[in-house]
Parts: sequence; structure tokens; C-alpha cells
Amino acid sequence: MNFNRKLVLADGTVFPGNGFGSKEEVIAEVMFNTGMTGYQEILTDPSYHNQMVCMTYPMIGNYGINQEDYESKSHGASALIVKEYCEVPSNWSAVQTLDEFLKSRNTPGLCDVDTRALTIRIREAGAIRGIMVDATVSDEEALAKLNATEVLTAHVKQVTPKASYKVPTQNKKFRVVFMAFGAKQGIINELAARGCEVIVVPYHTTFEEIKALNPDGVVLSNGPGDPTDIPEVLPVIRELQVNYPLFGVCLGHQLFALANGATTSKMKFGHHGGNVPVKDIALGRTLITSQNHGYQVNRESLEGTDLELTHYAINDDTVEGVKHKKYPAFTVQYHPEAHPGPSDSKYLFDQFIANLSK
Amino acid sequence: MNRRGYLCCDALDLNEIKGDATEMPKRTDIKRILVIGSGPIIIGQAAEFDYAGTQACQSLREEGYEVILVNSNPATIMTDKEVADKVYMEPLTKSFLAKIIRKERPDAVLPSLGGQTGLNLVVELAEAGILEANHVEILGTHLSSIEQAEDRDLFRSLMNELNEPVPESIIATQVEEAVAFANEIGYPIIVRPAFTLGGTGGGIVDNEQDLRTVVENGLTLSPVTQCLIERSIAGYKEIEYEVMRDANDNAIVVCNMENVDPVGVHTGDSIVVAPAQTMTDVEANMLRDSSLKIIRALKIEGGCNVQLALDPFSHQYYIIEVNPRVSRSSALASKATGYPIAKIAAKIAVGLTLDEIINPVTKTTYAAFEPTIDYIVSKIPRWPFDKFDTANRRLGTQMKATGEVMALGRTFEESMMKAIRSLELKIYHLEIDELKERDDETLWHRAIHVDDERLFVVAELLRRGVAVQEIHEKTMMDIFFLTKLENIVKYEAVVKENPMDVNVLDRAKRLGFSDITLAKYWHVPEVDVYNLRQSAGIVPVYKMVDTCAAEFSSTTPYFYSTMETFTESVKSDRPSVVILGSGPIRIGQGVEFDYATVHCVKAIREAGYEAIVINNNPETVSTDFSISDKLYFEPLTLEDVMHIIDLEQPLGVIVQFGGQTAINLAAGLQSRGATILGTSLANIDRAEDRDKFEKLLKELEIPQPLGSTCRTVEGAKKIANEIGYPVLLRPSYVLGGRAMEIIDHDVEIERYMRSALKEDSKNPILVDRYVTGKEVEVDAISDGIDVYIPGVMEHIERAGVHSGDSLAVYPPQNISEAVMERLIDYTIKLGRGLSIVGLLNIQFIVTKDDEVFVIEVNPRSSRTVPFLSKITDVPMANVASRAIMGESLKAQGYSTGYHPHVPGVYVKAPVFSFSKLRGVDIALGPEMKSTGEAIGKDRSLEKALYKAILASGMKMGEAERVLFTIGNKDKEEALELARNFANIGYEILATHGTHTMLQAQGVRSIPVGKIGENGTTVLDVIRKGQVGFVVNTFTATKKATVTDGFLIRRTAVENNIPCFTSLDTAKAVYNVLASMSFAIEATEA
Repeated sequence: MNFNRKLVLADGTVFPGNGFGSKEEVIAEVMFNTGMTGYQEILTDPSYHNQMVCMTYPMIGNYGINQEDYESKSHGASALIVKEYCEVPSNWSAVQTLDEFLKSRNTPGLCDVDTRALTIRIREAGAIRGIMVDATVSDEEALAKLNATEVLTAHVKQVTPKASYKVPTQNKKFRVVFMAFGAKQGIINELAARGCEVIVVPYHTTFEEIKALNPDGVVLSNGPGDPTDIPEVLPVIRELQVNYPLFGVCLGHQLFALANGATTSKMKFGHHGGNVPVKDIALGRTLITSQNHGYQVNRESLEGTDLELTHYAINDDTVEGVKHKKYPAFTVQYHPEAHPGPSDSKYLFDQFIANLSK
Repeated sequence: MNRRGYLCCDALDLNEIKGDATEMPKRTDIKRILVIGSGPIIIGQAAEFDYAGTQACQSLREEGYEVILVNSNPATIMTDKEVADKVYMEPLTKSFLAKIIRKERPDAVLPSLGGQTGLNLVVELAEAGILEANHVEILGTHLSSIEQAEDRDLFRSLMNELNEPVPESIIATQVEEAVAFANEIGYPIIVRPAFTLGGTGGGIVDNEQDLRTVVENGLTLSPVTQCLIERSIAGYKEIEYEVMRDANDNAIVVCNMENVDPVGVHTGDSIVVAPAQTMTDVEANMLRDSSLKIIRALKIEGGCNVQLALDPFSHQYYIIEVNPRVSRSSALASKATGYPIAKIAAKIAVGLTLDEIINPVTKTTYAAFEPTIDYIVSKIPRWPFDKFDTANRRLGTQMKATGEVMALGRTFEESMMKAIRSLELKIYHLEIDELKERDDETLWHRAIHVDDERLFVVAELLRRGVAVQEIHEKTMMDIFFLTKLENIVKYEAVVKENPMDVNVLDRAKRLGFSDITLAKYWHVPEVDVYNLRQSAGIVPVYKMVDTCAAEFSSTTPYFYSTMETFTESVKSDRPSVVILGSGPIRIGQGVEFDYATVHCVKAIREAGYEAIVINNNPETVSTDFSISDKLYFEPLTLEDVMHIIDLEQPLGVIVQFGGQTAINLAAGLQSRGATILGTSLANIDRAEDRDKFEKLLKELEIPQPLGSTCRTVEGAKKIANEIGYPVLLRPSYVLGGRAMEIIDHDVEIERYMRSALKEDSKNPILVDRYVTGKEVEVDAISDGIDVYIPGVMEHIERAGVHSGDSLAVYPPQNISEAVMERLIDYTIKLGRGLSIVGLLNIQFIVTKDDEVFVIEVNPRSSRTVPFLSKITDVPMANVASRAIMGESLKAQGYSTGYHPHVPGVYVKAPVFSFSKLRGVDIALGPEMKSTGEAIGKDRSLEKALYKAILASGMKMGEAERVLFTIGNKDKEEALELARNFANIGYEILATHGTHTMLQAQGVRSIPVGKIGENGTTVLDVIRKGQVGFVVNTFTATKKATVTDGFLIRRTAVENNIPCFTSLDTAKAVYNVLASMSFAIEATEA
């Protein structure tokens, strides 16, 4: 097969393919996601900011792009890597093809890639940076360009909203402030569905500013990158947890742990998919969760803090959830809002709501 | 309809969870577990339960439980004595189960792995109080759950409680109720009889007349006289979820699947892909939540299948049905994902939880996770219409397929094309040439009124330029699937225009085109395409099936091919052997061949070689990746097999356990340089080629019926007239007596030859004198020097009825010692004469005068290998495999001769699935029609026969009335039989001719009217169940399907009344009934 594009990894491995979507060059970390559906949610999830996503399921775009399943309107993955994308999607809700969508978001796609080979490479090498270029660019040139490009760190700053905004709800019972480090619409929807008026605020909002909004509780959102990149939010969280019921998801969970003295680290290739089994210690049950994280809270670092382990991944024992021993504050590493993935954990929103009612 | 919006669809109710947070340890209060198998193979209940049952038994024994197994199917791995602690091959009826329970005193019974048979039996046992009286607990699926899932009324109210939508429906116990409901909501209407297998008797109807017919029939078939009458949701997407739950309420989805054929075609008859393709993540999770909610509500501990219908134009969905047990779909899901559902279900049943059971695939993660796959799986059913050319091929709510194939690929096109090749229908592409001759109208009719060839019909329409949209509107098949089919069809033109172009070749291979097809389009020999690909490096790579899309490192030795770059299958250093499986289950090539394949694999491994299996049947044990060292899930065609041989460089290929599928590949493989292990190709050919075989028999001085071969109509007539009618015609190189007919006219020869030559013009047709006599079958093992004969079986039915459809008895009951000696002598001579290394099977005819003729020799494993292996305890396939690998029979402790008779009598009874195949004549003949077999064993012939007949599903001795309708040539013979029945107190009913004859001979009988006459006709007495069984013979003049005899036989089948078309079977049944009856004879004055 004649290929017109390629992906060159930092270790020099080359994966040839053909371009679709937009055609620009992109340099980013390459990771894989094992979800068999949910590409629209993944592509629009700000947590994937500055990441090229390789979908392990080989046929992507089958049901097109619809108007409902956006997780954000402007942010998301930097590039998509697939075995095959679907040119003629089929679902009543589809308004665009995947190719049209990527073009409209200026996101390049690479198809005809042996994505299983790429996944195995990532599994063995760990999350790795790469560059997606035209086939005409030599491997050496591409590699040189990749090595010359600085590794980005300010992910959250790029995806956080510029100003705060309010999401109304029918039959309002509570007001919740949502600290947006790269927030997913799915979390907002879950809160709204439970009678919460959600005020989405930029990540650098101060405690006083939040207090002035007079919320019943605060939710720390998901988001991209390394939680240690934004130490400025930790004192805010420490003040918030004393004053308001707190709930956190993904990056929000990591920040909550850091704020309470635990530490975080980068995982080899993280958890990215909709099938990760997590034990809820209090329930004594294992739930299938939707996950997307490359960093983790170090389990041993919980010792001596005010945090208690509430959830862990049964396959690798990593921390999946903690709660504060004194305050009504708890967070999880995974995505209880699903979108994409299973909704086994939506009861966590009910628990948060229960805390608001106390 | 009530339906949750997805925004507030909390999957778990918080309060519900909290109650139940205790850890559930493995049960120590139970020690002995009774496992019920599914019995004989019938349409709707096939080899998948051998796979599930075998896994379950092993899984329970791993945990230290004692397993007592009951299954009447001798052809299964499950009934091997190694699988359970105790194996009972007894009829699966309440009374036999009760005896076993009282004798064995199990603590618990596991019914959910034995299909509908297992579930129904446990319900019966429970209702009769037998379980309670013997303190037997039901594991896995509780009685109440079985009832809630199976009883339509209870199911509906449960769904209402859960707010899960079901189509409007009523339970009708009378035809009028159904009609009233239909008048209210309008047609089309679906009819589903309650508690029947594979949807037996159901259907979609669109007018009152049809509704009345189907409901009347359905009420008769339903053991509870209930039919579900339901609004039709035909055209919706049909989606299935395979879910599992443990006692701690952890619940997961193993796999979802989407039917390419929308709602309207039984899922067992639908082309299915996994995972679902056209649902958004929101839709997929909406149905996932719903499925998990249902399994939790039913409190199933184990596996469960949920079928749903999704509106293609909204988020509206309906629950279609729930199977509270492992099923055909769960076997498919297990093979599709690598996740062994039955094995895990068994562990759950004894209290283990998903999050403490290790995932046997990764060995590093737990069973509490949801497999994710990085390929697409296609399943295509295998229908028996190649054998039953008169059958109604229309597909609907009643399943008709006998088996299925599965294929894996990285694109839809690749996967589907591999599945098509796997079917072994001599179709290697999305194309049936015959359809090119049909007009548009015919094609449209067949596309809309679905039959088994719809996939190809649709492709043909696309080929004629019909738009995807138009086909979608008329068939409701999804645009996604149709577009993919169009991709294939469109590329055909490119291929044809660019012969031997490497770039086109590359693209064509990625779209799944086979070498045979490319060769056909390019007018070159197939091997040229193969050579071009080899030189251009266009060869497949092999990817691993690992449940996790490569997220975790796995060592599963389970592979499939795809046209990509990186291969994961690495040739090991150990010498290896490739064993070819037998492909999809079909009539004539059933689970017996999988049985032998599995034993061969075990023997090869024990002998220290790496055993590599190639097969494509998702239902079977041989495609369980833990059986072999390496499993390639691939089509069994020359091209696909050669790729694996090229990679693995095995010592050789074993072809004799995979039925005719594997044998037929031998010549091609050898011509491409592969080594055939065991009996050489030349000797296989000597056994199968009529002329060479005749020469051999002459040399060995073994008689065979007069006959010869021909390739033309005239040739056939000439032979027939030389040797004299009646003659037996059959093609060479077939299994299961396919297209075999007894013919007694020139005219019939013409008809036969025309159709046979169309089917296969390469191989000659055999024309033999039809010799009447007793048929005897022998299986033997040979190493080329010694020939060991484990057993000889005598058939109850005289020659002319296919051996697979005959009642077979071990040891022979009516064979003289002299004849036995001759049979043994001939077998030894043939084994040596053909230099058989491995197994051979011989069919003999013994005439009244004790003449012995050979009718055929099969240089391979046979249908009776498992039956004889189990009776004699000689592991035939194992011994044969070791012989193939060079270990002599002597070294294994066997020498030339006959294995001593084992005490007792063993009967193999054929089992038919006629009630599911409308339009099929049930009359027995030289072409095989049965789908499975059951065993009966006891101390006397009558007792063994009784058990075998009972186990085969026939009701015996309920109504002491028998209907005789006898063809002229059989009247004399039937007279004695009728008299015998009268003597044991049976009332004889007879049609006019038969009645007159009986009357004249002093046998009292009640005359019944002919079809179409006024008053009570023969069909009425059958329909109303006024007779216990029917004896019907006929004079074969032509193969008409609308004769009275045909209608009588079909009516009997459809009303579940045994009908015997061979007087021999009827006599055997009489003997059994006589042995059970008290004599009523007056004292002689």
C-alpha cells in the first residue's frame, strides 16, 4: 500500500498511514484508548489536550458525529490514529462524518495504521511523544523536529474557560461551583440532572471569588497533563474542603490528593478506556469504570495524611478514589459521568448530592 | 412506553447496593454437584453446550467439587469419563434424573449450562418436589428466575416493574384471543410459542388466516399451551448483550453484538457481528445499563443473554427476550472475545466472585472487567438447505441453521469474506453465480422475504447498481453494513480490469478477496495468484485474541489472520503438527468430528509435539484456545491453511479427524508441498476413487455390489441397465450421503444426473446395484501393519437408510459368528491393503444368505468413533493419532484383531430436527437427515432401545393407538407388525387401502378418511393427537413433496407425533413396547 502520512515516535519507530481530517503536522504525546465506542466524546474531552489518541478498536467513525455527544465545544485530542475511519457513517443522530468533524476542528487523523502494533509499542515503551507528518518528510527530519520541540506543560491554562458561566437547571435545588481544569460536559449534565445549578469557573478562581458565589458545594473537574503543573490551586482546595462539600474527578482527584499532602507520579501508559474494574471498598463491589489518566496518586503517600483510600483498581492496585477523614470531601480517579463508557458509578453523584443536603 | 432519559439513568440504585456488601466466599457446604447436559444436537441446541458443559465441569473440579454429569449425547467431549467424576449417559427425562439423584445424592444441581433442556428439566424436577425431597439446591439460576425469564407473563410484569420497555403483547391460550389482540393493534404480529427450543413454531404473520394457522400450531407445540402474541418490531436493530453477575451483585458485560439482519430473523439465523457497529456510545451504554439491570433483577449467578431491539431512528428500544443461562450466543461471545463465560459462570455458581477469579486469558488481571476487542467478528449461520432442497428456506422467528462459522478480521470486509469462505458452500466470495441469472424482481423478493442467501442477493443487487439507500429502505438492513458490502462489489470491477496488478492485489486482499476469486476474475490458475503474492510479500500477519486489545501483555495462543504489518504469532522451536478441524456443524458432519479432533490434539500434545489447530466453528471444544498449543481461527480453505503452514513449517498436517472438510484439502496441501500425516493421499484416493477402489477389492478378494462410475446421463443409464434396477446413485467425495438416491427408472436417472453434474462436474458419479440386506458398520485403527477393531455395529434399519439415520446397535445382535469373522477379516485386509495409518470406517451389507459386501470405506474418523470409544474404553482417536506420529499399535498395547465384546447392549438413536424445517420430507433414505444422536445402554436390547428412543426425544406408549398407512410393496410385511400391535392391546387406525388389507387378513382396524375427504381424515387424527405414533411407508415413484404421504409425515412431525417410515424402526419400537407390556392372551380352550 502507498502511504501519504506517517507517525514517527521519539524512539524512532515509524508507523505509516494515510491522512484524513486536517493535514497539518502535530507533535504530542501518543497514547491509546481501548474504548470500542465513544470517539466523539474522546476527541472533544479537554483531558486529551495535546495528546494523539490511538483507538485500539480498528473501525472508527461508524456512527458519525452528532450534536449531543460533545464533551467540549473547542478542546480535545490533538490527533486521531485509527486502523480505518468510516466514510459513510450510519446513525440517525449523525450530522457529520468523522472526517468532516476533524477538518472542522483542524485536527489531523491518520488511518490505515497497524494500531495494534502501535498499541503494543506504547505498552512496552510507555507513553511516548511522536510527530505526525507527511510521508515526504524523512524520518530523520521528523525526529529532529520532534526532539527540538519543547515538551508542553501548561495544559490546564490552555483549556480552562476564559470566564465563568452559569449552566441552569430545571427544578433547581442546589448551586454548585465547578472548577474547570478542562471540564467535561458530562459532569455538568449529571449535576444539572440532579437539580444543581452549575457555575463553571476558570481554574485560577480564588477561594474568595468562589465564596462570593455562595455555592452549596464544589466540584473539581477533570483535565489534561501533570497535576504538579498547577500548584497554585492547592491552597484554594484546602480552603474549599473546610467550607464546602467537595467532589473531584480525575485531575481534580489528583489535585485534591496533592492539596492534602499525598504525591502523584506518571504511570507507564496509564488507564485509558471504558473497562477498568475498580473496587469500591465501602460497597464491597467491583464496578466497571471509564478512565483516562496518565498520572496517579501514589498509594503509599496516603499514609499519614487525612485521606482514606475508598477505591482501587483491582488489576494493578492503583488509587482510584479517596475521601477526607474530617470533611465531606471525596474524589475519584475515574469518570463517574461516563461519556464515554459505562455508567456504573453514577451513584457517586448521588453521594455528593447527599452531602450537599446535609 | 416508559423509558428513562439517559441523563438520569443511574445504573445502580444506591440504597439497593448497600444492603449487600458482604464478601461471598466459595461454598464449602456443598461437595457433589449434578451437571445436566443438553442432550442430542438439534437445531437451536448444538455443540455450544458441549463446549459450555465441558468447561463448566472442569471449572468445578478445579475448585475441588465432585461432578456428576448426565447427558444422553455420546458424541460429546463432555461425556468423556475424564471430564466428570461420574458420567451418566442416560435419557434426559424427569424419571431418569430422579433415579440418578436418589442414587448419587448430589448437594446441588447446575442446570444453566445444559441449554433449554437443562433448564426445563430442573423446572420439572423442582415442580415434582424431587429436588426438595432429596435436598438438592439449584445453583446459578434460581427457579424463580427461570420462571420469570421464561414465562412470558411473569417476564412482562418484571420488565414493567423495572421500567424496561417491551412490545405490547398478550399471552394467548386460544386462537381467538390472538385474533382479537391483532385486530386491536394491527398487523404484522409476532407469534412465539412458550417454552419451545429455538423459537419452534413461531413466526411473523400479516393476516388473520396465517395468524390462526401459526397460533394453532404454536399452542400444540408449547408444553404449557401458551403463545406470546406481540406487536412486530421487525426492522429494528437487533442487539445482544452477554452479561454476567455474581452473588455479590458485581455485574459485567462480556460482549455486545449486532445482527446484520434486523429484527425479524431469529438471532440464530442472523448474520451477526461483534462488537455492535452502529450504536453511539450513549446508545451502547443505555442498552448495557438495561441488560445489567435485568440480570440483577433476575438475580442470576452466572451468565445471561439479553436481546434488545433498538429503533434505527431514535433512542427508543425494547427488550426482546432474556435467556437466563449460557447459550449459543455466549459461546460465540466467548470465542469472539476470549473470555470463557461458561468456565467463569460455573465458578460463580459455587460462590466465587468476578473480582476474585483470575482472567484466564491475561493471567494477570481479574474476571471482573469487560473485554475490549481490536478486531471485528462475523458470524454466519450454516443452514441445511444444501441437503434439503425442498425445504422452505425463508427465515423468520424459527431457527433453521444447524451450525455457524465465525471469522475475525480488522475490517468488516475482511472479516465477512473470511466467514463466507468458512461456510464451505463452494462460495469463496460475496457472490453466487446462479443469482446472476435471476431477474430483479426475484432478487428483490428474496431480499425482502429473507432467506439463507440474502447476503448474496443483496450483493447481486448492488452489483446491478441498485443504491444502498433503496436496499436499506426495503430491507431495513443498516446502511453501514450495506456500504461495506458495496465496497467489496465495487472493487470487483477494478480487480477485473487490472489482472495481476500488485497494487490492486494488495487492496483486494485487504478487502478480503480470496485467491480463488482473483484467479477466476483474472483467468489464471489459483496458484499463480498465490505465487504473485508470495513474491510481492502480500501475505497475512497473525494477531492475538487477548480480551484487552493489547493493553496488557498476554500469552493466549489464539490467533487470526489479517492483512497488516506486524505479526504476533511466532513459530516455536518445538516440532509441530497442524490438525485441521471440521468447520461448521452440518448434517452429516456434526460434533462427532470435533470430538475426534480434540482427542487427536490431546494425543499429539502428549506425544511431545506442539499441536496447532485450524478451525472456524465458534461452538465447539476444539476452538477453545486452552485445548491446543496454538489455535488459528481461520477458514478451512487451501489458501488460508497454506498461510499458516508457511509460517509454522509443521512436520505435517493431520486431515483425518476433520471430516470430509479436511480430507478434501489434502490433495491441494500436498501439491503445495505440505506433508499429509497418517494415511497417504494416494491411499485416501484409492478408497474414495471408485475405479481404484474396485481394483483394490478385486485384489483383496472382497466383494462389493456391482457398479461403476460415470460422468454423463447416458453413462449412468447404461450402467443401471447393465447391473439392473434398483440402483444407488451418489457423488464421490461427499459425506453424510449427500445427494445419494435409490433410483429405479431411467427417467429418474436423468433428473438425478442433471442436478448432480451441475453441482460438481469434476468428480464422477457412482452407480451401484442396490443390495438389500442388513447394514453393518465397523470402525478400526491401523498403523499399516496391525489393524485393531474396537467394535462392530449392526443397524436396525435395512440398507438404504443412511447409516447416520439408523438405529445402530453394539454389539451386533443378529450376526452369525461366521459373518463376524468375515467382517473382521475384510476390515483387516482393507486396513492393510490401503496402508491405513490412523482410523478407517467401513460400511458393509450382510444379505439374508449371509453374503457380505463392502459398500464404502472411509479413510478417516467417523461419526461412530465417540460412540464406540465410550463403549469399549478404547480411546480410538488418541490411539490413531499416536499411530500417525509413528508409535505402532503394538507399542501401544494393541494387536491385530477384534476388541472383545463389552457386556451390555448399546444403541445409538438418530435425532432429527424436522419440526424446524418446513417442507422437508422426513422419510428416511440414503441421504442423511438427522442432526444428532442419543445413546441408550442397558442389559438387554429392548431396554437399551427404549432408552435410546426416549433419549432421542420421542414420547413412547402414551396413546395406545397406532396409525398405519402403508405403501403397496410393504403391505405384507406391515401385516405382521399390525397384528403384533393388536396383540399387545393397541388399537390400529389405517387408511383405506391398508385397512382393507388388514381386514382381509383378520386384523381389526379403524378406517380413517383420506386427505380431502369428508369426515375425520388421517390428518385430523394426527393433529388431534389421537394416535401415539404413525407408521408410514410409500412406494417411491417420484420425489414429490405434495403427496398424501408427505402431508401425513409432515403433519405428524409438526404435531410432535413419532412417525416411522422404515418398518424396521417400527418393529424395533414394537419390540420395546411389547417388552414393556403385559401379555393379554386368553387361555386356550
